[in-house]
Amino acid sequence: MTEVSMTVNGKAVSGQVEGRTLLVQFLRETLGLTGTHVGCDTSQCGTCVIHVNGKAVKSCTIFAQEADGAQITTIEGMANPDGSLSPIQKAFQDYHGLQCGFCTPGMVMSAAALLAENPTPTEAEIRAYLSGNLCRCTGYHNIVRAILAASGQGVAAE
Amino acid sequence: MYSFDLDRPVTLEAALAALKAEDAQPLGGGQTLIPALKQRLAAPSRLVSLAAIPDLCGIDLEGETLTIGAATPHAMVAGQAGAYPALAALAGGIGDPAVRNRGTIGGSLANNDPSACYPAAVLGSGAVICTNIREIAADDFFEGMFATALEDGEIIIRVRFPVPQAACYRKFDHPASRFALAGAFVARFPGSVRVAITGVSEEGVFRWSEAEAALSARFAPDALEGVSLPPEGMIEDLHGSSAYRAHLAGVMTRRAVAAMV
Amino acid sequence: MPKDHGIGASSKRREDIRFLTGKGRYTDDINLPGQAHACFVRSQVAHGRLKGVDISAAQKMPGVIRVFTAIDLEGVGGLPCGWQVTDRHGNPMQEPGHPVLATGKVRHVGDPIAVVVAETPEQARDAAEAVQPDIEELPPVLDLRGALAEDAVKVHEELSSNLCYDWGFVENNREDVDKAIATAHHVTTLDLVNQRLIPNAMEPRVAIGDFNPATGDSTLYTTSQNPHVIRLLMGAFVLGIPEHKLRVVAPDVGGGFGSKIFHYAEEAFCTFAAKALGRPVKWTCQRSESFMSDAHGRDHVTKIELALDKNGRFLALRTQTHANMGAYLSTFAPSVPTWLHGTLMAGNYRTPLIYVNVKAVFTNTVPVDAYRGAGRPEATFQLERVIDKAAREMGIDPIELRRRNFVTEFPYATPVAVEYDTGDYHATMDKLVEIADFAGFEARRAKSAARGKLRGLGVNCYIEACGIAPSHLVGQLGARAGLYEAATVRVNATGGLVVMTGSHSHGQGHETSFAQVVADMIGLDENMVEIVHGDTANTPMGMGTYGSRSLAVGGSAIVRATEKIIAKAKKIAAHLMEAAPEDIELKNGAFSVAGTDKSVAWGDVTLAAYVPHNYPLEEIEPGLEETAFYDPNNFTFPAGAYACEVEVDPETGKVEVCSFVATDDFGTIVNPMIVDGQVHGGIAQGLGQALLERAVYDEYGQLLSGSYMDYAMPRADDLPSFTVDHSCQTPCTHNPLGVKGCGEAGAIGSPPALVNAVVDALNRGGYEHITHIDMPLTPSRVWAAMR
Repeated sequence: MTEVSMTVNGKAVSGQVEGRTLLVQFLRETLGLTGTHVGCDTSQCGTCVIHVNGKAVKSCTIFAQEADGAQITTIEGMANPDGSLSPIQKAFQDYHGLQCGFCTPGMVMSAAALLAENPTPTEAEIRAYLSGNLCRCTGYHNIVRAILAASGQGVAAE
Repeated sequence: MYSFDLDRPVTLEAALAALKAEDAQPLGGGQTLIPALKQRLAAPSRLVSLAAIPDLCGIDLEGETLTIGAATPHAMVAGQAGAYPALAALAGGIGDPAVRNRGTIGGSLANNDPSACYPAAVLGSGAVICTNIREIAADDFFEGMFATALEDGEIIIRVRFPVPQAACYRKFDHPASRFALAGAFVARFPGSVRVAITGVSEEGVFRWSEAEAALSARFAPDALEGVSLPPEGMIEDLHGSSAYRAHLAGVMTRRAVAAMV
Repeated sequence: MPKDHGIGASSKRREDIRFLTGKGRYTDDINLPGQAHACFVRSQVAHGRLKGVDISAAQKMPGVIRVFTAIDLEGVGGLPCGWQVTDRHGNPMQEPGHPVLATGKVRHVGDPIAVVVAETPEQARDAAEAVQPDIEELPPVLDLRGALAEDAVKVHEELSSNLCYDWGFVENNREDVDKAIATAHHVTTLDLVNQRLIPNAMEPRVAIGDFNPATGDSTLYTTSQNPHVIRLLMGAFVLGIPEHKLRVVAPDVGGGFGSKIFHYAEEAFCTFAAKALGRPVKWTCQRSESFMSDAHGRDHVTKIELALDKNGRFLALRTQTHANMGAYLSTFAPSVPTWLHGTLMAGNYRTPLIYVNVKAVFTNTVPVDAYRGAGRPEATFQLERVIDKAAREMGIDPIELRRRNFVTEFPYATPVAVEYDTGDYHATMDKLVEIADFAGFEARRAKSAARGKLRGLGVNCYIEACGIAPSHLVGQLGARAGLYEAATVRVNATGGLVVMTGSHSHGQGHETSFAQVVADMIGLDENMVEIVHGDTANTPMGMGTYGSRSLAVGGSAIVRATEKIIAKAKKIAAHLMEAAPEDIELKNGAFSVAGTDKSVAWGDVTLAAYVPHNYPLEEIEPGLEETAFYDPNNFTFPAGAYACEVEVDPETGKVEVCSFVATDDFGTIVNPMIVDGQVHGGIAQGLGQALLERAVYDEYGQLLSGSYMDYAMPRADDLPSFTVDHSCQTPCTHNPLGVKGCGEAGAIGSPPALVNAVVDALNRGGYEHITHIDMPLTPSRVWAAMR
């Protein structure tokens, strides 16, 4: 076992991990941050996407030790400081961008990473950026609308 | 996953020393290796991460040569290799954004997946793979599906790309994995054209010499008329027959050329 | 003006807050003190004789608590099948045993053989690799027709053949249909495959068993769409635990789509092992494991023939299907190709004579059961494809051909035993024509052509039977369960309500829409109503959520219970205001006496119910809590018309979906936002089937499409935005809300629209020889068809 330390959602944390401990296991099992999900074992589904040093990363495809010293943000760290929904989260609710909620944490983290890189993406850019996040419920339609709305761009009423 | 120790050296020397351990294996961005470990398809006793070695990460342009450190993630190449737009575009089309933030050029080349994109760029550009012990021309590096000229203990340090006059990569996505079902990298140099095909052959990435000859004689999409790949030796699976893949390689090559003229 | 609250309002979903902040509580988020971890050892061969299992090495591995094989499951019964189909000769289907762990034989790749329970998941997996099954391989049965040959290898030796049943419906129509087809002006024939799919809810299955030695109670936490059904099946048939000693909890569930209806071996094992070991046992499915252990969907091979007169009027329809059951009968598998399929073959049309034959076949593959739409997509696909083909053959516009045959008078009794209560198929088609801008198609096609692309337009209709019930009818059809739903409405002293429902929400937003219904009926703020679901300990016995039944059946139960509440509350209010109960009106959360200015607030009445100082105790009991069971007297029949426009790249065969328009008649709509979302998701799954998804076995019975690397899931950039409309509303005539159900429509209606569009594009592009391409319409298949 090896000791790792990192900053998760602004809080310094540490714990003992094996070489094979994935970052997502450390988050879920050691830290109890179960908002980050595991939906596949081939790095395709994106339900585990978090931010490592500000970049979207699949937390099931990085070892906990590789994140030693890193700044981590998970879905639990995305709300406003007062606990209210941040604009991206709010847009997902307003535009019904989630149903079962299982892919949602990864979707929100990917959406946040996209808007950080590209504050006013087109629909095509949003769809391309989400190609590593599977959703089985929404058909992506309302996720795309939510992200357009979160970016401050107009969204047609339906 | 089977149990293993993980090393995270910050210098190349330390990494090479760690790799001397029995059954030690280098770990690049892990975007292919970690899923393989989860499936228990590999059982290293020790993984040596190369991701934390600053010397292995970065992009340099000197004259007409672009050098990319082995541990440079795809996203960085996509964003910062503007001197070689076709390469930047290729890197920006690998996997998905989260994968591109972790996956590295060195890892992709060392793995040599027959459907990966980077091998096409390296072979199509005539790049040079610099390892800790030697320099290997792209033409000598790829040795078939998942096989390369790398020897035990040899790791890629950087890749040197000659920047061509013009180049283009066209990829037809595998519908499930989003690797290349067929990809063609076409690069035009003074007096020569190189065409590398990925995703198609059971032997992995290869140069399509007939297309190169035709395009060297006249660089235009219709120069490829009558030039086609035989289906023999092409991958055949549930996503496409060998004839389809051979055909797609031709279409992608022609489209790459069309985008360049 | 859209409503801002109550029935008809797009109320924002309250459940979103927890999902958006990472506070959802899915089964895998639950960890019990002292829990151990299970790993299943699964067959790696499709078919073989299991001669023994050597667990000696595994038992000695670090962290191993115990290794179980079938002989260790003393007293454990097999997994039951919940539906018995009677064949066309009046005989019951052949029903093989389905052991929790394989005994004697393994019958598909993934069939569980043994289970290792260890301290950690990785230790369990390490040890599972050390378990050595001794298997003598047998030739696998994979081909549906070949499986029925005289000399075919048998999947189950104890059965007389691999035929589960040979079902004819309606058997008495058979000769008349044959005659009509033999003499018709025109007969269109189509052979097609409705391919096997893997549901792939994003949350993999999880089961945690727990046993309390102090009380003798067992608890199962599981990813289920219907915890009560699991409690009944597992308790009564598998483990012999009476319901009052067994609690099943399905907390937040990350999508189901049918695959989480069924009772699975892992649930029974974890419940059993928790008691046997005296500690909680948890199993979390890996995705690659779910590909070979979750029930699959579809997998029909069909020949359909449609007879028409010279004017294009449908005279008769005959369809013959081979339906793959897989290696065992999953919980509701026999009902899918029969009662959920044959009864829908009339579609939206007046076809006087219909005969449906289905041969259900056992093979060495993962069991097949209901998947979003379940039988109805298979019916709709073949019908709407053969109509399109007939239109092309006869030179009749495909919309016109459909219109000529629409059912227009209701109620309409079909020749396949169901009665459509209401509908307006011309209205949804009119709406489709308006929204989809068919008039502008030619201009769009010319633009595509200028870019070297072939553009096509596909249209189809669909009808589905939802709200599955009534119990007396499904009982006659072979269901071994009732199909009512139940609700308890508990009003608290200070006026807030808790609604406990047997329905289960795993994405459908019940916590919001059910609250809208109750709040609307009483005239309260929606936030005063809490919806509780998913735990057998605090909800009444209900049959769960599938078949687009929750609002139609579960919602109706809530309405009935709320009506009882209102009736009783009126009596209390009457007492408080010294008026007659029949003079009491309830409006905006206040009771008043008609024709007077007397009124009491909702809260005054609820308080009186629990603090009955001034209360008619001689007439009514204190308290305000009511339960209702609702058993509908018919199915509901949502219907609609869909249009799809595609571009085909003739060089690569790649199909791009340019637009997709859905017009649906769901009757009354409670939450339009949620309904839109349900249709979007359904369309995406339907287009996934039409374009991308396919479970493929090789000749050895190995699943080639065993991960997302080979099973193509629809991704954001595979799909366009959709246009959906549900302004056409003919309310259901027999449930109190007039609702019909919307969950499956998109998945039922969209595959034929896409295939019709691609065939149209290819025909317009000069490929007139192409009359059909089997799904999924992958680039390679389209390209091959064009060669």
